[in-house]
Amino acid sequence: MTRKKRRLYTLIGAMVLLSAATALVIGAFRDNLVFFFSPTEVAEKGIEVGQRIRMGGLVEEDSVIRDADGLTVHFRLTDLSHTIMVTYRGILPSLFREGQGVIVQGQLDAPTHFIADEIMAKHDENYMPPEVAEALKKSGQWKGGNE
Amino acid sequence: MVNLHRFANPNRFMRLSGLILPWASVVAVLTFPVGLYLALINSPPDYEQRETVRIMYIHVPAAWMALFSYTCMAAASAVALIWRHPLADLAAKSIAPVGACFTLICLVTGSLWGQPTWGTWWVWDARLTSVLILFFLFVGYMVLFDAFDDPTKGARAAGILVIVGFVFVPIIKFSVDILELRTLHQGASVSKLSAPSVHESMLWPLLVMALAYAAYFISLLLVRMRSAILAARVRSLRMMQAQRASRAAIVPERP
Repeated sequence: MTRKKRRLYTLIGAMVLLSAATALVIGAFRDNLVFFFSPTEVAEKGIEVGQRIRMGGLVEEDSVIRDADGLTVHFRLTDLSHTIMVTYRGILPSLFREGQGVIVQGQLDAPTHFIADEIMAKHDENYMPPEVAEALKKSGQWKGGNE
Repeated sequence: MVNLHRFANPNRFMRLSGLILPWASVVAVLTFPVGLYLALINSPPDYEQRETVRIMYIHVPAAWMALFSYTCMAAASAVALIWRHPLADLAAKSIAPVGACFTLICLVTGSLWGQPTWGTWWVWDARLTSVLILFFLFVGYMVLFDAFDDPTKGARAAGILVIVGFVFVPIIKFSVDILELRTLHQGASVSKLSAPSVHESMLWPLLVMALAYAAYFISLLLVRMRSAILAARVRSLRMMQAQRASRAAIVPERP
């Protein structure tokens, strides 16, 4: 075995071990790498009242209520099996609307009521001109959650 | 592996790169204005994001090139470590600042895009965090390369760092598509097994921009490598001249 071959095999071996180690680390820390919990997980994992978390889901249709002060908004966040009521006071991202995926950051103040101090709108991977979106909706081929 | 040695010859590299460089730079110079016109003026707004979507045409190719240049740098470092080709080290060293710039462009435009769409400049989700680590790997490579008195030692240490850091490339690529690692960043739109979820009228400007970035990367890489080789030649010529001059200065004094 020449020295070049030996270096090649050492490097390949090291990369295999390293990849395996990385995969194991990601697997082990998956719960900590998760950016947000779903309402079901919040209900099942026994997240305590007052614990700061991020929760992600869909804004339920016809659930958004705006207070008279124009800043406070209430809506139901759902993952289609569990639903948690969210209250937020502040400026909403422009993509926020009913049917949209959002991530709320804050804490539970009751097991099914969440006080958010930050709301982020999740965007999906579809990009198209408005006319195409309109046409898709008309022909009934629309796959998105909105409208 | 015999073929690889043919490219390790600096003279051959100078000849070959001299042929490619004009073409690559012409493509870059032509596709950048065309791509920018298509992307910023002649493409439709998005149905949801409206005009904000135009950041995509700068952001996405920068992200692609960041991953591509890191992959090239890791491959060049592996060749340098195994077969000890000085040209491979030079290639990796020349890629590093260019790749770091692509990563920085990706991070900055991503942040500017995140504010109006997501409602936040930055979050520590798996995608954003792993791209930030990629940027640190580029910078770390450059710092480590020059941190040793012996340049070959620096090249070897930095090469190992880049190869170890290569584990982040698949992490970045798949972080948004591994469902367990929920991210704020959305999933892949173009490079996936099914048809791209970017409409044709927006996909073409994106691909022209990607071509422009790639041609720019190749031109810049070749210019950097060629000038480094020429600088080394100038240095060795000067050394030879100086030696000859000192010898000539000593000779007449002899009796």
